[in-house]
Amino acid sequence: MPGNFRISYRRSFMNSVSALGSRLLYQVNFTGFTLILIFNAIIQMRHAFFKRREIIKQMYVSGVKSMVVCGIVALLGGMIFSLQIGLQLKTYGQSDFVPTMIINVMNKELGALLTGIILTAFSGAAMAAEVGTMKVSEEIDALEMMSINPVRYLVMPRMAAMMLMMPALTIYTVILGVLGAAVICYFQLGMSMESYFRRIVESIWFKDMYVCMLKSLVFAVIISSISCANGLKAGNGALGVGHATRVSVVSSLLMILVSGYFITSLFYGGFL
Amino acid sequence: MIELVNVHKSFNDKKILDSVSIRIEKGETFVIIGQSGVGKTTILRHIAGFFDPDHGDVFIDSERMNGAGTGKKARLRERMGFLFQSGALINWLNVRENVALPLVEHKLGSISEINRIVDEKLELLQLLDSADKMPADISGGMKKRAGLARAIVRNPSIILYDEPTSGLDPVMSARINDMITRMKSELGVTSVVVTHDMVSAYNIADRIAMLYNGSIIECGTPEQIRGSSSPIVRQFIEGSLGGPIDV
Ligand SMILES: Nc1ncnc2c1ncn2[C@@H]1O[C@H](COP(=O)(O)OP(=O)(O)O)[C@@H](O)[C@H]1O
Ligand SMILES: [Mg+2]
Repeated sequence: MPGNFRISYRRSFMNSVSALGSRLLYQVNFTGFTLILIFNAIIQMRHAFFKRREIIKQMYVSGVKSMVVCGIVALLGGMIFSLQIGLQLKTYGQSDFVPTMIINVMNKELGALLTGIILTAFSGAAMAAEVGTMKVSEEIDALEMMSINPVRYLVMPRMAAMMLMMPALTIYTVILGVLGAAVICYFQLGMSMESYFRRIVESIWFKDMYVCMLKSLVFAVIISSISCANGLKAGNGALGVGHATRVSVVSSLLMILVSGYFITSLFYGGFL
Repeated sequence: MIELVNVHKSFNDKKILDSVSIRIEKGETFVIIGQSGVGKTTILRHIAGFFDPDHGDVFIDSERMNGAGTGKKARLRERMGFLFQSGALINWLNVRENVALPLVEHKLGSISEINRIVDEKLELLQLLDSADKMPADISGGMKKRAGLARAIVRNPSIILYDEPTSGLDPVMSARINDMITRMKSELGVTSVVVTHDMVSAYNIADRIAMLYNGSIIECGTPEQIRGSSSPIVRQFIEGSLGGPIDV
């Protein structure tokens, strides 16, 4: 019956359009929720002193615990990167440029990016899972019942801790990346340690440093707000928590890459 | 006094509450019974202001809860304690810190005052021995008692209990029942208790209401409920297999 077919075809088309529409609405809604959360958390930072113990605890949880992973990734990243460009440049007799390239790439881009990716996987995921678990076990409701603002009690300390730890971890990542590259330059490219570090110091630019710090602060806000927002919106049961964690990791990574690109193009693309 | 007027609520197009009207007097212990998933917790959440009805109104002491701003909701909630079904203890604080939480966060008193109040509530619920334990290390019944201690720490005039005796042994249930009754007689607290424990319901209730298919199908004193002629109520209170309720 062609008539029937057409009706059901149209209906399923309308259904997918409306599913798409409600998905889009949900996304817009969620983005708004996250932006308001960022705004509120920053306002709540005026209570940071009262919450200092919680902030320090979160700094330990989100920062210190990921130092080992950050260190290994940075060290190996520096080694791999310098090996690759070192071997390329050696064929042109230009391996002297390896230290300059390493410090530039680490400072301008990789330092903050690597730290951001690791903290997303490490602390962002944990944050989303923790807040999500609190949501499904009615702990967030209990806070509201006691007139304790969950943004002040949960989100602000996590965001503040991230904003304090992320720049420190980024510097740490840059330093270890440079050390990793030093090993390669010394053993594989036959460069003396002294000339390697002299070239490193000569190639550090103030602008690179503050753009790097700016990036790490932006990443800190992105990771903590997206993770907490997903946790606060977690659906029921363990399934809801798993979903919230997964979504928060994927969207944090995406937003880190997007905002990293825009900051780079803003500062180095000829705008500023 | 708590009043629900023609409250309608749907989740994802599924109607959970269909024109529910309840009036709970000051100092009364009002028990809501009904099957799991029928919407009992949803009623408590309307009273506490977590949900706003799709239609209808919720009044606490003649002040409207639904649609109220954050400040007004906070002020109304100050008069209420909510015992959540699973206790809802903050998982990184021990029992004592959980009970003290509302006092500490709102800076209500010096450390020694707070300690005194917390000790008093812990003793009332026989929790002094487990005061330093973490929520993950205590049984479900203890979590519930700790949640109750936290709910009453600011001496609320209204207490909402979500299944206070489920998962407790009979002796502890009796103790909780006794506490609910004492809060009423000694402090004039208004209680709304959600339960499917009929022993507890008969024990503590001034009035019992049965929620079925989104509506209050019967509401009366324990004697009236016991003598109800409604086949649905009869099946529920007797816990029998045959009858109008789908099982
Ligand atoms: N926030 C919510 N979102 C969607 N559905 C909900 C929500 N809260 C409750 N429900 C649904 O409403 C129904 C009643 O839930 P509830 O009030 O918890 O029942 P109970 O009587 O067991 O306490 C259930 O089917 C539940 O799935
Ligand atoms: Mg329930």
